[in-house]
Order: sequence, then structure tokens, then C-alpha cells
Amino acid sequence: MKLQSKVIATSQEFRANREGHLAALRAVEEAAALAAAGGGEAARERHLARGKMLPRERVATLLDPGSPFLEVGATAAHGMYEGAAPCAGVVAGVGRVQGLDCMILCNDATVKGGTYYPMTVKKHLRAQEIAEECNLPCIYLVDSGGANLPNQDEVFPDRDHFGRIFYNQARMSAKGIPQIAVVMGSCTAGGAYVPAMSDVTIIVKDQGTIFLAGPPLVRAATGEQVSAEDLGGGDVHTRLSGVADYLAEDDAHALALARQAVAGLNRVTPATVAWASPEEPAYDPEDLLGVVPADLRTPYDIREVIARLVDGSRLDEFKARFGETLVTGFAHIKGCPVGIVANNGVLFSEAAQKGAHFIELCSQRRVPLVFLQNITGFMVGRKYENEGIARHGAKMVTAVATTSVPKITMVVGGSFGAGNYGMSGRAYQPRFMWSWPNSRIGVMGGEQAAGVLATVKRDAIERKGGAWSAEEEAAFKRPTIEMFERQSHPLYASARLWDDGIVDPRKSRDVLALSLRAALCAPIEETRFGVFRM
Amino acid sequence: MFETILIANRGEIACRVIDTARRMGVRSVAVYSDADRGARHVAMADRAVRIGGPAPAESYLRGDAIIAAALETGAQAIHPGYGFLSENPDFVDAVEAAGLVFIGPSASAIRAMGLKDAAKALMEEAGVPVVPGYHGANQDPEHLAGAADAIGYPVLIKAVAGGGGKGMRLVERPGDFADALRSARSEARTAFGNDAVLIEKFVAKPRHIEVQVFGDGRRAVHLFERDCSLQRRHQKVIEEAPAPGMTEDMRAAMGQAAVRAAEAIGYAGAGTVEFIVDGSRGLRTDGFWFMEMNTRLQVEHPVTEAITGVDLVEWQLRVASGEGLPRAQEDLEIRGHAFEARLYAEDVPKGFLPATGRLTHLRFADGARADTGVRAGDEISPHYDPMIAKIIVQGATRAGALRRLSAALEGTQVAGTVTNLAFLGALARHGGFAQGDVDTGLIARDIDALARMPQPRPGEIALAGLAALGLLGQSMAETGFTLWQPMERAVILRREGEEIALRLCSLSRDAHDVMVAGRPVEARRVAGRWQIDGEAAPEVAVNGASVTVFSQYGLGFEIVDPLDRAAVRGGDTDLIEAPMPGLVKEVLARPGQVVAEGDRLAVLEAMKMEHALLAARDGIVAEVLVDAGAQVEAGAALVRLEGQVEAKDGEADSA
Repeated sequence: MKLQSKVIATSQEFRANREGHLAALRAVEEAAALAAAGGGEAARERHLARGKMLPRERVATLLDPGSPFLEVGATAAHGMYEGAAPCAGVVAGVGRVQGLDCMILCNDATVKGGTYYPMTVKKHLRAQEIAEECNLPCIYLVDSGGANLPNQDEVFPDRDHFGRIFYNQARMSAKGIPQIAVVMGSCTAGGAYVPAMSDVTIIVKDQGTIFLAGPPLVRAATGEQVSAEDLGGGDVHTRLSGVADYLAEDDAHALALARQAVAGLNRVTPATVAWASPEEPAYDPEDLLGVVPADLRTPYDIREVIARLVDGSRLDEFKARFGETLVTGFAHIKGCPVGIVANNGVLFSEAAQKGAHFIELCSQRRVPLVFLQNITGFMVGRKYENEGIARHGAKMVTAVATTSVPKITMVVGGSFGAGNYGMSGRAYQPRFMWSWPNSRIGVMGGEQAAGVLATVKRDAIERKGGAWSAEEEAAFKRPTIEMFERQSHPLYASARLWDDGIVDPRKSRDVLALSLRAALCAPIEETRFGVFRM
Repeated sequence: MFETILIANRGEIACRVIDTARRMGVRSVAVYSDADRGARHVAMADRAVRIGGPAPAESYLRGDAIIAAALETGAQAIHPGYGFLSENPDFVDAVEAAGLVFIGPSASAIRAMGLKDAAKALMEEAGVPVVPGYHGANQDPEHLAGAADAIGYPVLIKAVAGGGGKGMRLVERPGDFADALRSARSEARTAFGNDAVLIEKFVAKPRHIEVQVFGDGRRAVHLFERDCSLQRRHQKVIEEAPAPGMTEDMRAAMGQAAVRAAEAIGYAGAGTVEFIVDGSRGLRTDGFWFMEMNTRLQVEHPVTEAITGVDLVEWQLRVASGEGLPRAQEDLEIRGHAFEARLYAEDVPKGFLPATGRLTHLRFADGARADTGVRAGDEISPHYDPMIAKIIVQGATRAGALRRLSAALEGTQVAGTVTNLAFLGALARHGGFAQGDVDTGLIARDIDALARMPQPRPGEIALAGLAALGLLGQSMAETGFTLWQPMERAVILRREGEEIALRLCSLSRDAHDVMVAGRPVEARRVAGRWQIDGEAAPEVAVNGASVTVFSQYGLGFEIVDPLDRAAVRGGDTDLIEAPMPGLVKEVLARPGQVVAEGDRLAVLEAMKMEHALLAARDGIVAEVLVDAGAQVEAGAALVRLEGQVEAKDGEADSA
């Protein structure tokens, strides 16, 4: 059924909402621009003077002309390390090479020589995780000095640290997911294993180097004096050592060789879903900025959002009259069938049951799921606890956790408490998780958290017979409120890769379509659910 | 009327004849050489017969094979087209001897016009003016001066044995004649050992005007004149009808002279009487002289068709099948003005060298007649004339027709070979030509400006870059999508051997920003059509690695593929080493020798095999480090190269 919008685009409210969203967008735009600029003008000039392409140009040249690039972690490490690692020093994302969706990872040597900060490692691993889950060939455009030494304790020893990169490469290669490396600069120490562990490696003449220890370390260790080129340059590795397979003249040639390597992969995208012919929504996605209240606390009908995301604005709404605070239904996004699960208020028991039922349905039919999160949590209070809201919530969480269909999560508003779990938050491993600039994420709202802490404190004071003035309480609550406010901001969240990136609401449809396309590069396995608490 | 005719020709004229035959309900038989097996005229005909190899002498000039093909296919008549056997009287005799009809004049008429001097004498007898001159044996200066007076000044004194301008003098006034004669003679004597001269009328501003005639063997009519003064080295480039500046008196005089010429030899069919006209003082009835008669249908006949409404091929068929002249002289009239431009596969900057190539794209402008023998995908082969098409336009006035010619040339799209289109376009916009101020020297005088290659503008380069990346068609749905910052990449094109670097930023499938040599260009698709900086973009064709932007008569670009840059196979290309242990069987390199990549430097015998060791690059042999007969280990240095051989400057220009 075609959804009917009730929003008036000329209203005061609409314009105010739009202003609010644009302001939030500007903050992200600035952060993204900072990230894209890498290590700053001087470092970029030095890089270019060496005849090298800048990282984003490398990516664009590798991709099919005009290919979309679904960047992952575009503002990673934003505001961290005192701003020393814009974009976490590595560009990552899904783009098309020879028509195949691939995961591209490109070190930015203008950022501290492309060395790995903790967030760099996390981003690299996250990109590999996406590649593994979505069955995407990986292309590593390597230009990195290896681990960032001052941070060695946070990048080297743990399970999800540097070593995991090569573990992933080996595991993916074993699964038949191609690993291709293009050495366009240094590949020192641990970094040397990226090309060494790849199925195919290309190296740029007089520019790329691969060695376990660079000339200074060799000299310190053994006294041997050797140039970087003689130690591990392109000529050495393609002629003598066999560490690399193709010798390229320059960046452009190397990237063309990588494209040629992908052309020879002989990969076929599995048949997964019944694609329909794509159709634009009846309502312009541009209006999302005016439709969605700028203030999270203002309730609105989530169908206004759905109408601007799905083909023809058509939603086959499932159980429309039951558990109305959760909207579920079937739709298409650019021809891809999807099951939509969207919050339309607090989750009650019925809504949770309905959600579990709908996820079962999609799993049975192998229809990908799209979660639109705007959730303050499950309903609280005696009535609800007594009727077993935890039991019903658990059903939905079980369904979300165990379904095998690809899940894409978009946080369009709040993402608080157990609602985050039931709506496929990060811990539930959606294939992709995106956030809008106006969204907020946290265990609960700052006011509520401060309130909880204040109540505990007041009880303790009053037990001892003391008194606590309203002013004192307000002063006590302020730091907590402020901390929550800062930490629940999407830039804070995205910097730490709690999601895969912040998106302009108007691009949500494209982002969802590209996420689905990538996710559907892997076959959809049969689902086996866990035990539902009935 | 014939039921079936055979066309003893190829290319556009064969197609042209087949068209009219089909319209008249006459079946057509094509003949073809091996090179033309898939040609347009073969595809168009009702039947086609192979007559031999690609060389004309093996096929289109083989009268016996053509007559046999006609007899075999039941054709009653043979249309010769132009060129090949069209003016060969022996062929006409053979055709008639085989009981077939030759669609054209009699053998005797062809013979009468075939010998230029005899033809001139014949025409003089018939009262047709010929270029006045004295070719006699009496070399007495007084007698020669008298002859010059009779011819009328200015005159040209030419050495009989002359050539290259030696022994040639232009004399403007009678008073200068004696001196000029003396110096011409002395020069001729030195140069050729023969001081005999001839005297000719000097035509100061010669124009080539010809009259189309049509005879039925007894009577003839004329279909007015054509001006073919735009010539390059005697090759007609653009023809028109009527001639600019033509007066009714002059037309009547020339027409009557032409008809007299045709009737004098009992001419049947279509023919052309060519005149040289003195254009220095306007067209005057005493200022035209017979040159020769072409006893066939001319290449440029369509301009006459355009202004008279007559289908000359139809007339040829009707008269050959025994009908009388389809129209009387008084029923013929001129309507409007027409031009024909000859589109050739030619390399204009290289001195109009004939070019070849596969026409990967070919489209003609609407509103113009294009007579062509090729289609998109056809090959311009080296075996025949490299004509692609004749573009014919008509308008109510000369200015109107010329505008249409210009537009038609601009709208003509050819890719896959170089053409003279830009040259034709420059001619169509030539100021003197526009004013009708034509003569046979016009092109030679202005050749530098006319042959100048167009320079692509940033918008055109941007368009070529977008086409090179396949972004002009229906590119993918999310073209140019990025979350935040758009991404930029380079595109490298090559034109005339020079690389052009563009920077491209795709915003969506309908919007791209391009940077060309520091100039920003915006490409936007509006209502399904591309615009460059707000103006409608020209069309573009891509074929493999070549891109043609159909602007400025077609701008060709090549796409530079980074993979074509040969990655060096080994590291050190200077040292040639033994790939395995073995015996040096032979050493071919000598110190100081200039070698090219791939040259054999030494031969190594190992594991019962002979291995040739090749130069990895062009260079000079610095040292030979081993002698024949030596046993060497793997990796032993055998030959060392040094230096680079400098590319010779101007090598490309010598072609």
C-alpha cells in the first residue's frame, strides 16, 4: 500500500526541523572534510612531490569510473589522539572494481606515515569483517610504516590488534575471498605481512618497499648498510624474493594492474533475492530534513521516513493494528526486497512479539532486514515487568541475534538501552550500521542517568538524616548530563566505530541500497533460531 | 525498358545507379572484387557476381569477366558508372558484340573525344571556341609575334620540350614580346637542348565551368553549367550549379557550344563539356574555351540534378533503352542553387595523403543528400579511391545553399579514419568563396589557413574524457556517490601524439565536474541531453581506445591505458646475464654496436636447447664480457649495454 504523508512542507515546523538538521549536518561535514584532508597541506604536498597519488585519488582510480564508494569510518578517530589521526589514517569502503563490489583499504601516508593507531587497527579489522561477512574481495593499497610505536600496547598484543589483520587475510583467503595488495609506499615490519599474506601483490617501482626491518634497524642490529630499494624495493621483490608478483611503473599503472587482477577473479554474485525493477519513492527523500523533528523528544510517525526511503513509497505493513509502536512490513529499496522494522514509540510486549514474528517471517523467506532505530527503550513499570516484558523483549533479541538474513541498521533518532539490542545495535552484528547526524546513542538518556544517580545519592544522604537542596542536586547532576551529552553524540560514537559512519538523511536510500548490494554478495544461509522464551 | 542491368562499378556510383534502377523497377546486378565482398553496393543489388581480385586490373577493369557476368545473370545492359571502363571504346565494342546495350555513348563518340588534340580540332570545326594558341613549326620571331597578336594579350610563351616552368614567360604587352621570347629560348636551350616554343592564350583568373549535355545520338540538350573551380592540384573539391556570376547570355553561349559539341559527334547519353573561363573581368561571352569532353556521367552530376529536378541516371536508362530525349531544351530550367562537397579519407596535415581505416561511426546530416558507397563498419581500403561520400545540398539562393552546406558538413560524423571534413568546412566558410569569387587557384593560395587542424576546446576535451570513462551513457545508478567528500581522479587522453591530463569529479550519473588545463568545465545532463557549461554538447563516439567528439568536424582522441606502459621485465636492463649454466655458442654483439630492444646479442647452449639472449631495451653495446665457446655459470654477465639512442627529431614529419 502506498503510504500517505501528512507533512506540510511549507509549515513553520518543517522549516525549523530543516534548519536543525542542516546545523547537525554541518558539524559532520566539517569533521568529514578534516578527515578527507588527511595529514594536512604540507604532508600532502610532500606526498605529491614524490609522484604519488593521494589516497582518495588512489581509491577513485582503482574503482570503476564513477563507481559509488560506500565509505566506512569516514570520521573515525575524530577528536581522538589530539587530532593526530584524521580518518584514522586509512581510507576504507566498498566500491566497484570491474563491476564487482570490493572492500578497499588505503593507508594515508600523510597521516604519521600511515602508521597504525588503535583506531586504525579497529577500522582495518572492521573493514575486513565487512568483507568477510559480505564475501567481498579485499584490495589493500598499502603505504604504511606499521604499528604506531608510542601506542604499541594498544595496537600489538591483544586479540583484536595488529596480528588479527593477517589472521583475517589468511582466513578470508581460505574462504576464497581474494586478497590483493598494491604496495605503493612503505610496508614495514608487521605491515610487510599485508602484501606477503595476499594472494596477489603488485609493487610500484622505486616507491614501494617491503621489509621486516628498515635500513636504520638493520644497521643497528647487524651493522649492514643498505638502501631501502636494495633491501626491499620493487625490483628486489619481483625479481629476487618473490614477495611481490607484478612490478608497476607508477601509481596509475599499479592500480590498472590491480584492476586487471580483479578482472581475472572469475567471481559470480550469488542469486539471493528476487529483485524488482527499481522505482523512486513517491515522496522526495530531500524532505526528510523537514519531516523528522530536529528535537529527539518530539514524537512523529516513522512512516513519514519509510515513505521517503522505499520504492514507490509502498509498504506492505504487517500486523498494522497490533503492537503499534513497532512498524513492520515488506517493501523494496531500489528493487531489493526488504523487511522493515521501525520504531514508532516505546517498545511494549506486543510490539516485541510482533517484531520477533516478523523477523521469523523474513528469515523464513530470506528477505534482508532494515532496522530504523528511534528507541528510548522497552516500557518500564510494574504492569509491564509482571506481564513479562523481559521475556517478550528476549524473544525479539533472540530473533535479531540468530537470524541469518543480512541486517542493515540505521539509527534515525535515539538508540537507548535494551532497545538498541532489540533493534539490531552494533553488538548484534548488522552487516552495516549507519547513524543520522541528529541521532543519539547511550545506555540511557543523560537526564535519566543523572536522575538515577541523584536518587541513590539522595537516599544515602537522607538515610544519614542529611538534607540535599535542589541546587546541590542540580550541581551533582550536571557533569553526568554533560558527559552523556558528549558521549552520545554521533561524532563521538562514529569516531570510536560504534557504527560504520554518519550519513546525510537524504542519502539514506542510496546508503541502504549500496549496503544491501554489498551484503547480498554473500549467499543467505538458512536460519536456526535459539530457544524463544515463550 | 530493361528488366535487368549490370553495374560495372563499385562504391557510391554503383549504389547511386542501383537506387534509380530500383525506383524504376529495373533489377540490378552488382559486380565485386574480393576486397568488396561485403560492400554496400553488393548488399544493395538484387544480385552480385564476384569478378576477381582486389586490384582493379584483376576485377573492375576486366571487361571480359564483366560481360560474362552480365550474360550469366541475364542482364540486358551494362552501366559503366565513372572511371574504370566508362570511357573505354573497346569495352563498348565488346559489350555490343555480346549483344548487350552499353548505357552511354557510342564507341566512336568516345574515340572522337579521347584524343585531346583531335577533339580540339573537331570542336573548332564545329564552331566551338578552343583556347587560342600557336603550336606550329615556324619559329621565326616575327611570325611568333604575329601569332601572339592574333591570339590576343596576355600570352604565354612555353618551351615545347618544357616542364617545371623552365622556358616559360608571361607576356602582358606586345612591346615585351621580343625580349621575353629571347630569354625563354635561351633558357629552353640550356635546359632541354631545344629552343622551340609555342604560344598560348594566358587566362589570368581561370575558372573551370562545365556544361552537362544529354544526347539521344542525334540531338542533344544541355542541363546548364556547373562550376568546379575549387580544385586542389586538379582534383575537384567542391562543385556548384549554377556558376556564380553567370549571365543569361554567357549561359546561352556556353550551352549552345556544348550542344554543338555533342551533336557534332552524334552523342548519346550523359556527357560533360569542360571549358576554361577567364574570370578576371567577370564572365564574358568571348571568354570561354573548350578544354575536353567527358563521355560519361560525372562525379558531380548530383548538383545538376538538384537544380533541374532531373534524375540523370533515369535519363541514361531511358535513352539507352531506345527512348528519345525525355525533355526538350525549353522545358528545362534552373531552380535554386546546389553544392556538392567530396568527403574523402585523407590526412590533410600530411599533404592530403589518402587514408584508410574502418569507419567505426558514420552519420550524415539530415537535410542533405549523401551519395555514399560505405556504411558504418565498412573499411576504406587502399585498393580504391578513398572517397567516403558526396554531400549535396540545395537552397533557393546561393547564400542559402552555402549555409546548408556548412551545416551539413558540421553535422557529418565520421570516426575510424582521418578525413578532409574540416578542410571542406573551412572552404564552405571561406570569405571569397562565399562571395562567388572563385578560380582554380583559390585553394592553393589559402591552403595554410584551409588545412589548419582544429584545436579542441576545454569543453570538448572534457566530453572526450567522460566518454573515455563510459560516463556519458547510462552509467550505474549511484554514479559518483560518496558519503561526504566527492572523489577526484585523473583521465589521460592523447591527441596528435600529445598527452592531455584531465581531472574528473563525478557527482551523479547526470553531473560531472572536469578540470582541463586549469579550466573548470561543468557537464550536466538535462532532459536526457548533455550540456557543457550550459550549452548542448556535441555527440561523441567511442570505439575501443579511440574517442571522437563530433565538434569542429570531428576531434579524435585516444584513451591512454596505463597498462600499455610496458612494465620493465627485469630490474637491470643494462646487463645481459646467462639465465642458466651453459656454453656460449655464439656472440653476436660487438662493442659500440647500436641495438634495438629484442635484438639477439648472444646464443647460449644449455640443457640441449639454444637460448637467444636479447637486448632488453634499445641502446649501445658497451662491453662484451664473454667469448664464444666459454662455459658460463647462471647469472654470469655476458653483455653490457649503455646509453640511450636519441630519438631523431622530425622523424614524424618526414612522412
